[in-house]
Amino acid sequence: MAGAFWCVVEDDRQGRPKKVSAELLGEARRWAGELGATVEAVWLTDKVEPDGLRQLAAWGADRVWLWEDPALVPYRGEVWTPAVAALAGQENPRAIWGAVTSRHRELMARLAARLSVGLAADCVSFSLADGQLVATRPVYAGKLLSKVRWKTTPWVATLRPNVFKAAEPDEGRAPKVERPTVTLASAVTTLVERREEVQTGLPELAEAEIVVSGGRGLKGPENFVLLEELAQVLGAAVGASRAAVDAGWRPHRFQVGQTGRTISPKLYIGCGISGAIQHLAGMRTSKVICAVNKDPDAPIFKIADFGLVGDLFEVVPLLKEEFKKLKQQ
Amino acid sequence: MKMLVLIKQVPDTATQVKVGSNPSGIDVTGITWIVSPYDEFAIEEALRIKEKRGQGEVVAVTLGADRAKEALRSCLAMGADRAIHVNDAAFYGADTLAAARALAAVIKLEQPQLVLTGRQAIDDDMGAVGAQVAEILGWPCLSWIMEEAISADGTKVRVGRQVEGGLEVFDLPLPCVLTAQKGMNEPRYPTLKGIMGAKKKEIKDLKAGDLELGAPTRELEVVALEALPPRPPGRILTGDAKDMARELVRALREDVKAI
Repeated sequence: MAGAFWCVVEDDRQGRPKKVSAELLGEARRWAGELGATVEAVWLTDKVEPDGLRQLAAWGADRVWLWEDPALVPYRGEVWTPAVAALAGQENPRAIWGAVTSRHRELMARLAARLSVGLAADCVSFSLADGQLVATRPVYAGKLLSKVRWKTTPWVATLRPNVFKAAEPDEGRAPKVERPTVTLASAVTTLVERREEVQTGLPELAEAEIVVSGGRGLKGPENFVLLEELAQVLGAAVGASRAAVDAGWRPHRFQVGQTGRTISPKLYIGCGISGAIQHLAGMRTSKVICAVNKDPDAPIFKIADFGLVGDLFEVVPLLKEEFKKLKQQ
Repeated sequence: MKMLVLIKQVPDTATQVKVGSNPSGIDVTGITWIVSPYDEFAIEEALRIKEKRGQGEVVAVTLGADRAKEALRSCLAMGADRAIHVNDAAFYGADTLAAARALAAVIKLEQPQLVLTGRQAIDDDMGAVGAQVAEILGWPCLSWIMEEAISADGTKVRVGRQVEGGLEVFDLPLPCVLTAQKGMNEPRYPTLKGIMGAKKKEIKDLKAGDLELGAPTRELEVVALEALPPRPPGRILTGDAKDMARELVRALREDVKAI
């Protein structure tokens, strides 16, 4: 039987792994423990901080495969894919996992094609059957769950952020770093520029632990400031429904739903959102769902843990004050 | 410039979807089918490229059962010139890799300069076929595209790809594969003339044998489809706004420990 569970590292572009990497390593540890396998991190980057490596070890990586090269940034499929595939050919990992981020989604698809193995994208849980991994993933706008299994190893998958429990760090573990000898392929695509989004000071939507989202009930783009103020207090990201995005109130990257971002925060607060199926597709795996809507029949109340029937223009500022009081305690 | 657009027919989002008598598939009775929305962005972009350059050919390609022809007709009604339907029972229930291999084989036959597709289909949401087609062909590929501009001589393309926190702009040579993200364009509605004209346009059927592929393998198997476990019923608060706000914050803190 093949070897280690590999977790490809998602980093902050400053030399440190992101929290989602702790979630991947935590989940990998769990199954590797059951199967008597080891867990290894695979990091392709142009920048490494020593405490970033220590972090990976603390989260459970028995070994870190480290490629450190300016040619690896930004991510390019034609550079990353053959490198990871060649190392996989040598090392025979049992699983190769990435996060559901734009680049990992593409990398894992290409890697699966190159290695001629199956891909399970956007997984939300795993189980074992006869020593083989089975992945569960939402399909059809999250209306159904699909259980899938691979014909052969490596089990290539991407894992939805915020769903899996992050590894408990064990600071006593020292990183064991190996630098692969595989030569990098030259890039075919050339970076012209990177346009940064306006920094809101709020977390990235897909990774945020708390998301405050607004829909048509906000009545206009200028009223998103109400949600931004609430988000500031909570350290939350701000999202929007398709109706709000299609009306031009927010750019598309803020859209939560089937044709936007799929998110799974610990706390989701939907304000003035009716809860169309395509919206629920993007947030129904959130742990706690709150909804503020003045229509008591709004579909979002059917899946909400807490539904506040009321005028968001009245309720949201009051919520902000209450959360602020809590923070000051 | 010849462009191939890979599309998929999927259930309309608002449609009820239930597990079928075969537990690894859905019950297709009563389902309204549409072209996957991201694939519509891809078709629209190809049509715009053709219009901008004043020449070119847009070919819609799909893999699926007989009913998938309706999706191809929709693309023809939008303005695609012709369509190819890989319609062979050997591919029913194909995983993404088998689908990508079949579509890559069509691309080898057709030799387009550009392949466009949506960043994912909204039925199984795997989001892999475009990138896998590129990997199989050895072509460059960029995913989640928000904008593109092909050079006047038709040899390269400048592409903006959406990433977390920004947009990365690349130059890459043609031929290549691009996968469309929402926000790239607003797909047009077919005109009556377009719908009538679509009936006369060619839809070519291809079988597995035409693609010189062996029997498709299945690297990923759907063991079972299951209905979502219901969420426990929630608490509905009504009445004075201030009381509701106070109670919600207390409950989030003390009852469910969400903050």
